Amino acid sequence: MGLEEKLPSGVVLTSVEKLAGYMRKSSLWPATFGLACCAIEMMAAGAGRYDLARFGMEVFRASPRQADLMIVAGRVSNKMAPVLRQIYDQMAAPKWVIAMGACASSGGMFNNYAIVQGVDHIVPVDIYLPGCPPRPEMLMDAILKLHENIGDAKLGVNRARVVREVEAAALAAKPTIQITGLLS
Amino acid sequence: MSTYSDPYAESRETTEGRVYSVTGGDWDSLATEIGATKEERVVVNMGPQHPSTHGVLRIILELEGETVTETRCGIGYLHTGIEKNAEYRSWTQGVTFVTRMDYLAPIFNETAYCLAVEKLLGITGDVPERASIIRVLMMELNRISSHMVALGTGALELGALSPMIFAFRERELVLDLFEMISGLRMNMAFVRPGGVAQDIPEGGVAKIRETVATLRKNFKDNEKLLIGNTIWMKRTQNIGYLDLAGCTTLGITGPVLRSAGLPWDLRKVAPYCGYENYDFDVITTDTADVYGRFLIRMQELEQSLRIIEQACDKLDKTVGQPVMVADKKIAWPSQLSVGADGMGNSLAHIREIMGESMESLIHHFKLVTEGFRVPAGQVYVAIESPRGETGVHLVSDGGTRPYRVHFREPSFNNLQSTSAMCEGSMIADVIGAIASIDPVMGGVDR
Amino acid sequence: MSENKGSFGVAGSGDTSGYSGLVRTKVTPGSSERPFGGYFDEVADDLERAFPEFGAAIEKVVVDRNELTLYVKRDHLRSVALTLRNTESLRFEMCMGVNGVHYPDEKDRELHAVYELLSLTHNRRIRLEVALPDSDPHLPSLVEVWGGVNWHERETFDMFGIIFDGHPGLTRILMPDDWQGHPQRKDYPLGGIPVEYKGATIPAPSERRTYR
Repeated sequence: MGLEEKLPSGVVLTSVEKLAGYMRKSSLWPATFGLACCAIEMMAAGAGRYDLARFGMEVFRASPRQADLMIVAGRVSNKMAPVLRQIYDQMAAPKWVIAMGACASSGGMFNNYAIVQGVDHIVPVDIYLPGCPPRPEMLMDAILKLHENIGDAKLGVNRARVVREVEAAALAAKPTIQITGLLS
Repeated sequence: MSTYSDPYAESRETTEGRVYSVTGGDWDSLATEIGATKEERVVVNMGPQHPSTHGVLRIILELEGETVTETRCGIGYLHTGIEKNAEYRSWTQGVTFVTRMDYLAPIFNETAYCLAVEKLLGITGDVPERASIIRVLMMELNRISSHMVALGTGALELGALSPMIFAFRERELVLDLFEMISGLRMNMAFVRPGGVAQDIPEGGVAKIRETVATLRKNFKDNEKLLIGNTIWMKRTQNIGYLDLAGCTTLGITGPVLRSAGLPWDLRKVAPYCGYENYDFDVITTDTADVYGRFLIRMQELEQSLRIIEQACDKLDKTVGQPVMVADKKIAWPSQLSVGADGMGNSLAHIREIMGESMESLIHHFKLVTEGFRVPAGQVYVAIESPRGETGVHLVSDGGTRPYRVHFREPSFNNLQSTSAMCEGSMIADVIGAIASIDPVMGGVDR
Repeated sequence: MSENKGSFGVAGSGDTSGYSGLVRTKVTPGSSERPFGGYFDEVADDLERAFPEFGAAIEKVVVDRNELTLYVKRDHLRSVALTLRNTESLRFEMCMGVNGVHYPDEKDRELHAVYELLSLTHNRRIRLEVALPDSDPHLPSLVEVWGGVNWHERETFDMFGIIFDGHPGLTRILMPDDWQGHPQRKDYPLGGIPVEYKGATIPAPSERRTYR
């Protein structure tokens, strides 16, 4: 929009954040990126019983230019990986990615030569949704969590501050093997 | 292996190494090229990501205006290496892999694989009758749910939106039954070598009969919308023509072959799982077009309902019989039930293996970790899945893991016919023709 | 007859099952003698009558688990296929597909191509199997006999490296076009990407643990 970049941190920016967040999450349009079995559960989530239309999301846009959300539903093979990246690149910001299913999150049961071990090797993922395939209700839960994230997202200078903080925390984080006390 | 130059995947050397770009070219240079030749031919990618929900199929069309002059299918975008992965898993674990090939008809994949394993083991006659009846029941339910997706998405692609909602409504009823019987809606891993994982729960048969009655009533909604609908008929009649000679050359089976007039159904000509004891018709039309295949699928739904009712009667007669083969060295040992924490082995089974029978414990341990041994040899078993003949070529070298698992998926063969069906027609008919083949890319690419 | 160590059919790939100490002799069914049983005798007789070089072309006939497998020499593959398709009494109109199997232990016969045939008129199934050496994996293409094997031959080439001479367009079909290697051969690893997490690296499944 440009507006949020010009505002200093304050009550106006916060109001813009709230408004923009509400607008963005209320009619998030998914791109059709159904690959395998999870795609069928995604279609079932969009069909009559588990209705995605109540969130304004039943219009699965074929063109990535009109879509906000890419639900990677299914296993991504090495041949499909560049196509996935191209579709992601063609989407206009702001855009989000849900990795639906075990195969998209981590390669799933297919730890072999043909499958990318997690779609986060290729695109940045916002929500990981396990399951094989996840039930439509689980997909809706992931979408609602994403809605919360989008609604709470910071913009402009606030966002830059959050990004700096997250990066500093990630750089200073200890390797898992040195973290103590988590199980006590 | 030398690489060959692919005009759709040009490569260039960069500081990062060789980089391939799979874009298909720059529009400006393409337009100048076309202008230079004064021809109207354009090559278009109906790329791996497109709204036609048949999965990641890439159709390369050479167009002259709206007419398709040449079409080729690019597949492999969903290749999962399931066949190679199954060589590293025991025979029973193979079921969970194999079930995800044709993900709209998982029970068919499982049943074909299990029938092949049983043939290699030599226990085809020892599989209990109730297990075969449950297999037939699940297969026919799966046929209904698969045809519903085929009809729904086929209608959606051709512009009819309501049949999709109705079809998915019916499919949800069937998925409820799947969940009641096997625990999962899709990719159930329910059919195991030797039988099925567990028996139908209490009250299950009554619920199945109730659902059958509801489905019979609900199917009329879709029928009223589409059969005899002028627009639908204009879009589907005389489209995607493939006669009998074409079908036999290309190895096409299933509704496409039956639409050419040949009543070839493996459930009738080479029965398995006791199909010879069920009374049903093989639906055939002789128009060999999209409309004929659509009618076949709609009428096969009714035949499946008939078989399910007969299976329910047989289930009522065989209550209490085992659903797994009697040989303890092969039968999958665990009996699952909903325990205190929501899932797990039934307490009776745990009590038996931990307290009563050392032998049961050993069997459970060995079967789950190592798996049973299958004598060496190779078999080919074929069953009639909603798309055609699903064949399994299984090679064993005598061990606990398969030596080679190869699936002859019907969609792999059927998709080869897109060129024969679509060349010379218009782009819109390509969509209809492919919808009538009903390919599932998980099966094509495996 | 050969020995097999461990659980998997492959050695050197890291047996994570814990059963790597097992030693097992592998036995495969041998050649069968007549009478074969069922319709197999008729098929063999008709083929012999229609194809005079039966003895030279067919290496062995195996009838196992109620299925007939004819081991054909690759030079005669095309003529046997044409005879099977055209002879009235045989009429194997449909080829369900070509499949490859890799037997690295059988020297000079490592790659097998398996053709499943179906006769709609007589409702019969048989199998043709051709053995090829690794050093010369060429086979005549049967696309002109049964058009449907087009993609199957591409897949067998892609997965095993068997080159079908005379195929109209023998390219990779399942793997990306620039992939190196033939994945379903036994000497090709199962794969998987070694993923690095914070400070630790998870190796591919075929390299994770050995119990030797």
